[in-house]
Amino acid sequence: MEQIIFIILSVLAVVGALAVIFSSNAVYSVLFLVLTFFAIAGHFILLNAQFLAIVNIIVYAGAIMVLFLFVIMLLNLNKDSEAPTPALARIAGAIAAGLLMVTIVGAFKGLSQGSDVALRGGEIGTVSRLGQVLFSDFLLPFEISSVLFLSAMIGAVMLGKKNLKDS
Amino acid sequence: METALFLDKLILVVSVFGASLGIAMYSTLAERKFAAFFQDRLGPNRAGLFGILQPVADGVKLFMKEEIIPAQANKFLFILGPSLFMITALMTSAVIPWSTPLDLGDRTMELQVTDINIGLLYVFGVVSIGVYGIMIGGWASNNKYSLMGALRASSQMISYELAMGFSIIAIIMITGSMGLKDVVNAQSTELFGISGLNWNIFYQPLGFLIFIICAFAECNRTPFDLPECEAELVGGYHTEYSSMKLGLFLFAEYVNMFISSAMMAGLYFGGYNFPFMYELGLSQNALSILGLVAFMTKILAFIFFFMWIRWTIPRFRYDQLMHLGWKVLIPLAIMNLIATGGVMTFMASK
Repeated sequence: MEQIIFIILSVLAVVGALAVIFSSNAVYSVLFLVLTFFAIAGHFILLNAQFLAIVNIIVYAGAIMVLFLFVIMLLNLNKDSEAPTPALARIAGAIAAGLLMVTIVGAFKGLSQGSDVALRGGEIGTVSRLGQVLFSDFLLPFEISSVLFLSAMIGAVMLGKKNLKDS
Repeated sequence: METALFLDKLILVVSVFGASLGIAMYSTLAERKFAAFFQDRLGPNRAGLFGILQPVADGVKLFMKEEIIPAQANKFLFILGPSLFMITALMTSAVIPWSTPLDLGDRTMELQVTDINIGLLYVFGVVSIGVYGIMIGGWASNNKYSLMGALRASSQMISYELAMGFSIIAIIMITGSMGLKDVVNAQSTELFGISGLNWNIFYQPLGFLIFIICAFAECNRTPFDLPECEAELVGGYHTEYSSMKLGLFLFAEYVNMFISSAMMAGLYFGGYNFPFMYELGLSQNALSILGLVAFMTKILAFIFFFMWIRWTIPRFRYDQLMHLGWKVLIPLAIMNLIATGGVMTFMASK
């Protein structure tokens, strides 16, 4: 049963991710990306990490992708209005992406498959467990990342203001 | 046992869906009747006794109307929009606990479709997905009024989701759980010596105020029904919709209203708990049924409140709406959160 769900979700995730790249309509790309996020959230649930799954949906599918959709819908991108890409940019893009792939393959080649993680009786991904780990073992990184978020928020507000003088 | 569980859940799912749709259906009639009452009119009274068949007539009318898909519209997304909006409206009901378990002799039947330990977050996830229905529908119509209406509706929903989330975190803090069943059960203890009256409203009055305002905004109801605005935006995101697809958009609003009433009753007003529930010496089944009746009464009272507000208070302007959401409700909700945490720490140290 779990195996079957895993296969379905994986196919959904991979097909969705490919569709993001290959669809010519930017709105479809965003919607396929949302589908991919759902498939990944499903994987999290299979790993007993319900909290991560639902946060993945709320934050990525529910907030960030909606903003993407906002921008794309307002710009109304389509084939006709798309500026032609110069050949040099295309070649540069292809080389850069190829190098990235080489790096990723190289990085994964050295990895050996780890042993199975003990799932601690199905409790590993619950909110309380996550909270305990975050606020004991990883307190400093957690606090630092929250400061980072705060500064990002303030930065966004500052950038969002057209003119700093008018308040 | 497996089949019994499966049957229980099947019955539950079907009856919850039926109840959501049925209540939403009669909410449309109630809305018009109340509107008539507030404006000293009679309201619909032609179909059936006191107009009791009016929702059926409306439904038949919507199904029979000609279905128009604009020539330049994106057909697939045009149909996906309202469907998605309706699906997400109905999905939330899966985690709402309707009453205490029923005793069926050899087994007990939980009156909740599923009790996941992230129930409250699940509700949020589903609500945030609901935005897609509106956005997709508005964009696929290929009409600038639809697009502007969709943008208004979705930015309003996203903005008010934040304050709503903050007000719910306070509830999670005092309960110590994200499961909706735990939240409701925590309210069944004694307050002033009366069992079943330990409602969260007595601890979180400000949180409730924020929650109910946000619920109005999330449902796109007056005074926050700005996406629909004849003078500026024609019909908003459903301008181009006709027939039952329009019906789905309008109907989902009533389903949303029912669900958010259930959330308010469950989170702040004790859900299926009612005063003196344990003093009466009732059997488990009687308690369960009475609990369900109490919960439904609270939900209907909230639905009435939604309508009462709609026909009493004029709407906001769009900039006022954004101002209220971002500069008033969110700071208030954060203050409420900090105050709750402070009081809890103080009580724990005493």
